[in-house]
Amino acid sequence: MHDQPSQHELIEAVKRFISDTAMPQLSGRAAFHARVALNVLDILDRDVANRSNNEETELERLHKLMGTNEQGKTLAEINKLVCERIASGELGVDDKILLKLLKANAIDQLDVDQPKYSGLNIAKQSLN
Amino acid sequence: MTQSLQNNLNALIPKLVQSATVASNLTRLSGGASQETYAFNVETDNTSVELILRRSPSGLDRESTSASITLAQEANLIQLAKENGVPAPKVIYVCTNDDNLGDSFIMSKESGETVARKILRDNVFQNARKILAPQCGKALSKIHSLEIDSLKWLRNLTGIAQLDRYEEIFRGFNLYRPIFELAIKWLRDNPPKPLKPVLVHGDFRLGNLMIDANGLVAVLDWELAHIGDPREDIAWICVNSWRFGISENRVGGFGNLEELLESYSLEGGNEFTAKEIDWFEMLGSLKWGIMCMTMYEVFRSGADPSVERAAIGRRVSETEIDILNLLERV
Repeated sequence: MHDQPSQHELIEAVKRFISDTAMPQLSGRAAFHARVALNVLDILDRDVANRSNNEETELERLHKLMGTNEQGKTLAEINKLVCERIASGELGVDDKILLKLLKANAIDQLDVDQPKYSGLNIAKQSLN
Repeated sequence: MTQSLQNNLNALIPKLVQSATVASNLTRLSGGASQETYAFNVETDNTSVELILRRSPSGLDRESTSASITLAQEANLIQLAKENGVPAPKVIYVCTNDDNLGDSFIMSKESGETVARKILRDNVFQNARKILAPQCGKALSKIHSLEIDSLKWLRNLTGIAQLDRYEEIFRGFNLYRPIFELAIKWLRDNPPKPLKPVLVHGDFRLGNLMIDANGLVAVLDWELAHIGDPREDIAWICVNSWRFGISENRVGGFGNLEELLESYSLEGGNEFTAKEIDWFEMLGSLKWGIMCMTMYEVFRSGADPSVERAAIGRRVSETEIDILNLLERV
């Protein structure tokens, strides 16, 4: 597939159209939604760039936690399994490895969703 | 804004203010799914009074079966709270069917700021920020000391009852989020000791508090009020989502919890330690996360296809990181 323009360039073009052309002509609720739309395009830009790597890493982490019997499971399947083990008490809040892993996954997610969120900085600082 | 709203309001004005004839400058201030707020002026020969109309969308009756109470009930609560010394607007009139304004009431317009980011950052609120935590403690203590025998119509929602309700909603999505699972498990394993039930405001946080240079002017938005645990209100304003970026100040991004608790108990409220607030703060983050999932669901189902509803689904992860940060210190 050609990539001229690339995904990133296309997203940037739409963002420029919203901020430079559309937004100055909008007011009230519509202007607010235009600002939200710009944020959404930023999320999309980061999602496109990071999803495949992030999902692979997340899956690796979860497989490492759950052991070799669970290889081959999808991300949704293995997350379901982790949830079941937490509910049954097999995995819990006193499990440092579990918490560290979930935090690493949550940090990757927030780096895409809301990289400026205050709680993200706290989590990153406590990783060290 | 419809012409009929303006006309129906005009018809009501002479009943409220003698010698006044019309409502002018009718302006929509804000509106969520559950209520609309309008500001308007009433002019007489020598004065002009600013008033607020709160009504449910399209003038329809707000279903009291949903999370919210009706607007007539909200007016009733604001009146009682004000009589008990809680800073609150003055209820002027509760509309009846004859007024054709739907489930609605009219109250005084208090002046001040409700936008959290301004309150937390603008210089004009510098002093207010220093005294706001004790002021909140005092206001909460007065809310929680209201006689609840006459408020039997409010729903009784303990922390555990809310955990049950939100867990049920979460299970309904059939999505597997291990961090929420951990929060539910921790909340189940460490239930708080039940306390004497009190009137709980239910949404006590910046955004719903009117603030001026001298601090707290009025506690607004009582639509989620219920009977429950006093620690719920104290913890809700501590939830990191309501610190608006200034996490180091546990109370709303402006104050410290010990100060709030001290003033709370000095005014006659229970003596709580900061530790006793943790359970409800965890519940608060979980609730807000599930509320975000619910708002995204409104988008997914097609009921509200707006970009705003779509975007909120990507804020669920904020509450996940807050839950993990909390789990590390409880």
